[in-house]
Amino acid sequence: MRLKLVPEQTKFDFFSRPALWLGISAIMIVLALASFGLRGLNYGIDFRGGTTIRTESTQVVDVAAYRAALGALELGDVVISEVFDPNFRDDQNVAMVRIGAQDGEEAVSTDLIEEARLALAEVATDIKFVSVESVGPKVSGELIRTAAIAVTLAIGAVLIYVWLRFEWQFAVGAVVALVHDVVLTIGIFSELQIRFDLAIIAALLTIVGYSLNDTVVVFDRVRENLIKFKSLTLKDVLNPSINETLSRTFMTSVTTLLALIALFVLGGDVIRGFVFAMIWGVIVGTYSSIFVASTILLRLGVKRDWSKPVDTTGNQFGDIDA
Amino acid sequence: MLQVDLWKRVLIWMTVAVGLILATPNVFYNRVETHNDAVKAIDAGFDTTENRDAAATWPSFLPSGLVNLGLDLRGGAHLLAEVQVVEVYEARMEALWPEVRDVLRDARDTVGTIRLQPSATKGELRVKISEAGGIDRAMELVRGLAQPVVSLTGAGSTDIVVRGEDDVIVVSLSEAEQQAMDNRTMQQSLEIIRRRIDEVGTREPTIQRQGYDRILIQVPGIGSAAELKAIIGTTAQLTFQPVISRTTDASERPGAGNELVPALDDEGVFYVLEQAPVVTGEELTNAQPAFDQNGRPAVNFNFNPSGARKFGDYTANNIGSPFAIVLDNEVISAPVIQSHIPGGSGIITGNFTVEESTHLAVLLRAGALPAKMVFLEERTIGPELGQDSIDAGKIATMVAFVAVLVFMALSYGLFGIFANIALILNIALIFGLLSLIGATLTLPGIAGIVLTVGMAVDANVLVFERIREELRTAKGPARAIELGYEKALSAIVDANITTFITAVILYVMGSGPVRGFAITLGFGILTSVFTAIFVTRLLIIIWFERRRPKTIEV
Repeated sequence: MRLKLVPEQTKFDFFSRPALWLGISAIMIVLALASFGLRGLNYGIDFRGGTTIRTESTQVVDVAAYRAALGALELGDVVISEVFDPNFRDDQNVAMVRIGAQDGEEAVSTDLIEEARLALAEVATDIKFVSVESVGPKVSGELIRTAAIAVTLAIGAVLIYVWLRFEWQFAVGAVVALVHDVVLTIGIFSELQIRFDLAIIAALLTIVGYSLNDTVVVFDRVRENLIKFKSLTLKDVLNPSINETLSRTFMTSVTTLLALIALFVLGGDVIRGFVFAMIWGVIVGTYSSIFVASTILLRLGVKRDWSKPVDTTGNQFGDIDA
Repeated sequence: MLQVDLWKRVLIWMTVAVGLILATPNVFYNRVETHNDAVKAIDAGFDTTENRDAAATWPSFLPSGLVNLGLDLRGGAHLLAEVQVVEVYEARMEALWPEVRDVLRDARDTVGTIRLQPSATKGELRVKISEAGGIDRAMELVRGLAQPVVSLTGAGSTDIVVRGEDDVIVVSLSEAEQQAMDNRTMQQSLEIIRRRIDEVGTREPTIQRQGYDRILIQVPGIGSAAELKAIIGTTAQLTFQPVISRTTDASERPGAGNELVPALDDEGVFYVLEQAPVVTGEELTNAQPAFDQNGRPAVNFNFNPSGARKFGDYTANNIGSPFAIVLDNEVISAPVIQSHIPGGSGIITGNFTVEESTHLAVLLRAGALPAKMVFLEERTIGPELGQDSIDAGKIATMVAFVAVLVFMALSYGLFGIFANIALILNIALIFGLLSLIGATLTLPGIAGIVLTVGMAVDANVLVFERIREELRTAKGPARAIELGYEKALSAIVDANITTFITAVILYVMGSGPVRGFAITLGFGILTSVFTAIFVTRLLIIIWFERRRPKTIEV
């Protein structure tokens, strides 16, 4: 007896309510953008400059006392948060202290960290700084720029690849789905105020890859069926294509999620934000490859007669293996 | 039908075997690491029995490449420094002044008296002459001092640019020379940082030039970035300069060609010194911590022959006058020259602790940095945090692995087991590749591997689902398997190429941990496509040939 997530043969109509799905996505995107506009992202020091210190002590973290101790140093913007993780030992109390970039300093000076250590040692005698990271404002500006370029490049490269391998309509559908996923991920990060740093950009790019992976598999089947069933309407080709690949879509999403959830629960708090972004991306990416990418494709329509030579220059590579 | 040529089979198994052998050292991480360290030590000339024993812990015929652990896993310090290359121009111009003075002094008839003027822009020499009419002659003379630039891009140009403004000659460095000099400054800085870190002696530091004027320094196992900064952040520019006067007025104007330098120990005391040094630290051949006659910590030093001669001549001619020992623009001490000091050795005293004198000796031995550095980024990860991350990563990977294995077996039965064997080989191959190129494993890198575990089965899932579909149209098992592989191929290739593109972009654009993630993700895609298309297929074919089943269930 096999475990089956999806029945052998499904006949769901994914396009009975295209307006509904696109509407839901549109509302989500608006919400995400609104959240981003109103709350902004909780940028980590990679993008904002400043210092993050991870402290560890056997005494219970008293955030108010920590704040009072550091307040005396007049460091400006100081954020203190306690870190919880089920994997910590009983006497392992961890806090994250974030100190904003100091005026006119390229990087936070060693003296300042030493002062902070002394001040905190008054509150918690055995406090240890298990990690200290400082990024100067010059570098953080560059990091933002490179990150933005990386995401744009990735989406652009993908657009070109899908365009060359399929048709421009597929590329548009795939890229709309990608942008959808990226926007929603940024939205959830701003809504939950999870720290947004360089690693999250890596997660975002992986989501781009994963979501596309899903979309491409569906599109590949669509292309195949378009050739097989020349007389059917586009909708009647799209629907069975998605149904046929549904089983695979779910299998892969479940195995990936299984692995990611293991990492989320057991992988430690240092990479939890990063893993969270990927879990969210897998869920949203699976949804978008079915409901967003395909619906866009349906709306745009696609050239059906694959047998005639193509004379438009734009998609001359489109039928290489069609 | 289902056939694979023998040579292809051999090739596939050989690839797998090579991958497994390359991955093996990582199973015995500590032993191999001890072996590698010992081999390196023996190569460096420390051929002791202890090292030989350590080297023998791992057989030398086996590969000994390991996946390096990143700073976030091992603990250590990371610094990104920007070298202030422009500073060097200034020193260069200062050194040019005596030459300009001498050449103009010889032409006093046409140019009149000469005076050095303060300049607003750094790295510029402004010389005022009293006879404005002689400016052309003066410029010609100064241009005569120019040297051709020795570099690939600057061929044909000279090192200085001379222009006249009424009665002032302005000398600055040419663009070609500036570029050539920047390169030299960077090379020298890298070399000196390397020497200083080697003196401290930690395992495999990474010291790389990044971009135009930046240096990335990563030292595993060091306690804190602060410690590292203290070692490499000091310029350690040692000079011996003639003293003109001593003052407590911080705003005193030292006059052209002179400078005002604060004393290291006495707050509020300043020295007016001649800017051009008699001898510099570059002419030191050795420096070691010592004690002076009063038993206080000091540093002993020796000059090379030319330094010794200059030092000897100066002390012989200036007995009775004070002489400043300046380190990084602070006067360490300013003793009065008691007698001629020949032989080129001396002692630096000051209010040192033993630690400070040891530190100073290390710095002087390694040489002075040509320019100051500004630290743009610094990160320290404690070893405990690194260990915690490794432990958490290990557990998470194991759990993810088992979960996926069980899930696949439940979903696809025997074929799922084949896919699982491929998955296990896949992980081994990733580690094999990572060890082969000596890549660094970071915490996001572990996440990349876990993600691969989840996604690696994708290609197999695509194939198996296809086989299921083909079975429905009742073509017989062999044909179904063949068609399944055939038809799934384009989806597999397209889907993986797109993810691979993002991995490449991440690698090119990213730095540090992000790069580590990109590497494991990229390798994961390569190995998973290989194992899914070749290994699983071969397993299925071998099974099929033995059993010849009439029906199959996927």
